[in-house]
Amino acid sequence: MSRKRTVEEINEKIRKGKAVVLTAEQVAEMGRETGSAGVAEKVDVVTTGTFGPMCSSGMFINFGHTDPPIRMEKVTLNNVPVFAGIAAVDAYIGATETALPHDQYGGAHVIEELIAGKDVLLQATAKGTDCYPRTEVKTLISRDSVNEMIMFNPRNAYQNYNAAVNSTLKMKYTYMGTLLPSFGNATFSTSGELSPLLNDPEMRTIGIGTRIFLGGATGYVAWHGTQFNTGKPLNEHGVPVGNAATLALIGDAKMMSTQFIRAAYFEKYGVSIYIGVGIPIPVLDEDMARQVMVRNSQIETNIVDYGSPGHEILGRTDYHSLFSGEISLNGKKIRTAPLSSLKIAREIAERLRSEILSGNFFLTAPVEGFRKTRGLNSLKIRL
Amino acid sequence: MKSRRFVLTFPPETTGEPITYNLIRKFDIMVNIVKADVTPGHIGHLVMEMTAPPGILNEGLEYIRGQNVECVPIDRRITYRKDMCIHCGACSAVCFAGALTMDRTTAELTFEPEKCVVCELCLTACPLKLFSIDLG
Repeated sequence: MSRKRTVEEINEKIRKGKAVVLTAEQVAEMGRETGSAGVAEKVDVVTTGTFGPMCSSGMFINFGHTDPPIRMEKVTLNNVPVFAGIAAVDAYIGATETALPHDQYGGAHVIEELIAGKDVLLQATAKGTDCYPRTEVKTLISRDSVNEMIMFNPRNAYQNYNAAVNSTLKMKYTYMGTLLPSFGNATFSTSGELSPLLNDPEMRTIGIGTRIFLGGATGYVAWHGTQFNTGKPLNEHGVPVGNAATLALIGDAKMMSTQFIRAAYFEKYGVSIYIGVGIPIPVLDEDMARQVMVRNSQIETNIVDYGSPGHEILGRTDYHSLFSGEISLNGKKIRTAPLSSLKIAREIAERLRSEILSGNFFLTAPVEGFRKTRGLNSLKIRL
Repeated sequence: MKSRRFVLTFPPETTGEPITYNLIRKFDIMVNIVKADVTPGHIGHLVMEMTAPPGILNEGLEYIRGQNVECVPIDRRITYRKDMCIHCGACSAVCFAGALTMDRTTAELTFEPEKCVVCELCLTACPLKLFSIDLG
């Protein structure tokens, strides 16, 4: 009978300073020697991490009321339009929104500057009402002056993602970076064996309410992410091939750090934001031990041609090859490069590990698990 | 033998002195032109690799500077704000010259300016815009 443990038992060990916590890279290495039974016997928690561009991110902000008050209708922060179609002084800063015509500066930069504690220019207009008579506001705000900065990201932490190539004779500028012509390079964007949802591919331990590391602070899984897809084919190691599940994440951005939240601009594509996410995985039993032992060579993804209109799948590769700096496609060697930072993903996993070991971070069982899906709807043009 | 890359900046009024020819013939320096943008009447730039024993190389550099041509090692022309770098690797994707690579062990970006061919692709590929090149 293999070893089993509950989240409560693990938390008790964390409280007593007796929990055994390893990063996903460390446990992948350990698993080679001990096998899943050994990992299940010895390890309580495995920490994961990822730090990649995640466009579907943003932040709710409450500015506080002026005297007399305003019901803000059109709002900009450092000239970046923010969504103000909610209550009087609430707004949502979308990471990819830009301050046209300066399309290299956007919501992500505003979020980073607010987290850094810098002043940001708020401009708002309104028609004026009996209860909110003011029609204009122009002032500076900062992290310390506003009431709330709640990061809410509808789609983060993609479980696997395509590797991108370009078959055409022209340079392609994409969210997967600059793709050189004639298969001159291949880019990819996950932290492989360190990636949160690749260490619990069935999401047995990750669900609504899971406590996580988000942007340097404690955050939570709010919901499944948008474009959540559990219908992707699995390889022989139980890992979905290509982009599959996603997470909607929430956290207090006032507590976050620009070490783990960074604005980015991808040439001729637009603004995005690097988000640091780390999720602790409880090793409940030998099945979970097998999952967290996953190695880069066992995680596969599709090689997709971002030069072709339909983003044609040209082949398959694994993360051991992608991280090695070279993949092979139809006999041709292609140089590879990551877009997500493995270095910072490691720092996140290590930091989460330290916090658990020092008794400052406890695990949660999901309040509710995620539903299974059969695939995604596409948008039909009906007019 | 020592190989180094330099950025040569020609003033508009440069005489017709065949500098690269003389570097080869008179100094026996192996010259590899990496990038050239020279138009009569305008400020011109030449990025080139020179290979020679150190003493000879210095003589060659003195000769170039004696022609009123500015000659600066390439690493002094490229700025990379390493302190701001997140080591994502996006720049290494476009660096076909191999000056920007990811260290397999540390997962950190390695920048070897000596290998740079001043293609300038990293300037736009870096999502944080941490590279700049000043050709004078």
